[in-house]
Amino acid sequence: MKKVTEGLKAVAESVALCRPDVISAYPITPQTHIVEELAQIVADGKLKCEFINVESEFSAASTVLGASAAGARAYTATSSQGLLLMMEVLYNMAGMRLPVVITDANRAVSAPINIWSDWQDAITVRDAGLIMMYAEDNQDCCDMHYQAFKIAEDPDVQLPVMVNMDGFILTHAFDPIDFPSQADVDKYLPKYKPLDFLSANNPRSFGLMGGPDRYLETRYAMAETFKSITPVILKAADDFKKMFGRYSGGMIEEYRMEDAETVLVSMGSTISDLKEAVDTMREKGKKIGVLKIRILRPYPAAEIKKALGKCKRVICVEKAISLGGPGILAAELKSAIYANANKPEVSNFIIGLGGRDVKQEHIFELVEKAEKGVCETEFIGLDKKLVEEMDK
Amino acid sequence: MKEVRLHGRGGQGVVTAAELMASAAFFDGKETQAFPTFGSERMGAPVASFVRISEKKIRIRSQIYEPDYVIVQDPTLIGSVDVFAGLKQGGLILINTEKKPEELKLKPGFNVKTIPATKIAIEILGRPIPNTVMLGAFAGLTGLVTMDGIKKAMQQRFKAELVEKNMQAVERTFSMLKN
Repeated sequence: MKKVTEGLKAVAESVALCRPDVISAYPITPQTHIVEELAQIVADGKLKCEFINVESEFSAASTVLGASAAGARAYTATSSQGLLLMMEVLYNMAGMRLPVVITDANRAVSAPINIWSDWQDAITVRDAGLIMMYAEDNQDCCDMHYQAFKIAEDPDVQLPVMVNMDGFILTHAFDPIDFPSQADVDKYLPKYKPLDFLSANNPRSFGLMGGPDRYLETRYAMAETFKSITPVILKAADDFKKMFGRYSGGMIEEYRMEDAETVLVSMGSTISDLKEAVDTMREKGKKIGVLKIRILRPYPAAEIKKALGKCKRVICVEKAISLGGPGILAAELKSAIYANANKPEVSNFIIGLGGRDVKQEHIFELVEKAEKGVCETEFIGLDKKLVEEMDK
Repeated sequence: MKEVRLHGRGGQGVVTAAELMASAAFFDGKETQAFPTFGSERMGAPVASFVRISEKKIRIRSQIYEPDYVIVQDPTLIGSVDVFAGLKQGGLILINTEKKPEELKLKPGFNVKTIPATKIAIEILGRPIPNTVMLGAFAGLTGLVTMDGIKKAMQQRFKAELVEKNMQAVERTFSMLKN
């Protein structure tokens, strides 16, 4: 059924359709409506699920870790400082190979305190061993959740999946959302069958000491798994299309790139704004396209290498920054295309941090700048007066 | 694509109004998008919400800077908030007040309409929540959403008793401002 729904509530309804056995989460803006709505769904008896209230995100993550180790389909959602508080547990979840699904409402990290959107929070847990998906719009975000459980629980994967949605821009927007029926979701996502789980009848331990004699091999096993996840992600998307008629994409998506000399690269809801700007620039004769990174981990290096084989110029539009380092998307992208015979210029721009609105004119501006010469970690949309004041 | 900005204060249902308008347009077969100003909303604080309605899929996610229409649910905002900001020349602004447009002494160049929405809301709903009253008047004035669309949106959003009362408000105001 299709209806206009707020992004967070749409995610909650989608997660409920996935029939998690255990949900534990702690409220934090801009994620709160997800857990509020899920708590209501459980309280109303519409979902048979253990909803466990906790006193912090650290506990929420620990609770779903334990639940998943006990063989339950487990879910949590968070944002920003909450995700950072979960960080230690996230590494454990991944190391223990637990298929928890986490929604992150992407938000800036303090200080200064800022509840608005950018990607900094999730980027800080990029290396924890989570599969990381980035939603372009709210339909995409809902569809990703059904796929996330399927990917996480695949016997060849067994890893946590994080679905990223831009805070406020997506979380608080009302859009028409198509919800599948419970029967169809049950068919697409059958009951979770854990490979192994904690049980009093069959005692086991998870996450024990792995000393110098076996830690290296454990990490090797994870690294090898990450190399083989792509087909699972592609199959989850293909099966989803067969079942529900919508394709929300594979590892990357190419938009108007057939003859593009310049390619804008980004993730999340920024992609929608870039597509809009590209249509306008195309009307004026500019050969320009968009490359969407839908999956950040495993990093789609091969797909990116192929997609950028012909263009002259790549522009990374980034909503997070590695302070003192290179552009985060740009650095990874450069390593992906290093072996290509064709070496496009790679510029990168920092935009929209802490919820600064990204306007179409900003996109035109950064394309113009990159056309004049390579730009490295250049900020777009700065209030020059404020910068001068801060300089004093 | 048509863009609408709604102004009010926290608690006046500005976000709900935007949601209902988007939902109504969806039931009318249009593509829609609605969102609030992003912040820490509090009762009484100035808030705004936005609606986009289009025949084509809406991709743009930035805030609305040049609306075609503005709805002001609380007239005390005028002066402290620039409710006219970016409003297109000749654009329509609908204000909740018992005064006539010419009494408001607003800047020229816009199509100003007024409606005593709080008064009507108290009369019909028993509460000073002007949002659905104004939605009815706005729909009648602009034709941007239909009465049928609004009804379906309300049926999805509210309990039956609330739908009935709010639809009374919409029906009363739908043709009130039509010339």
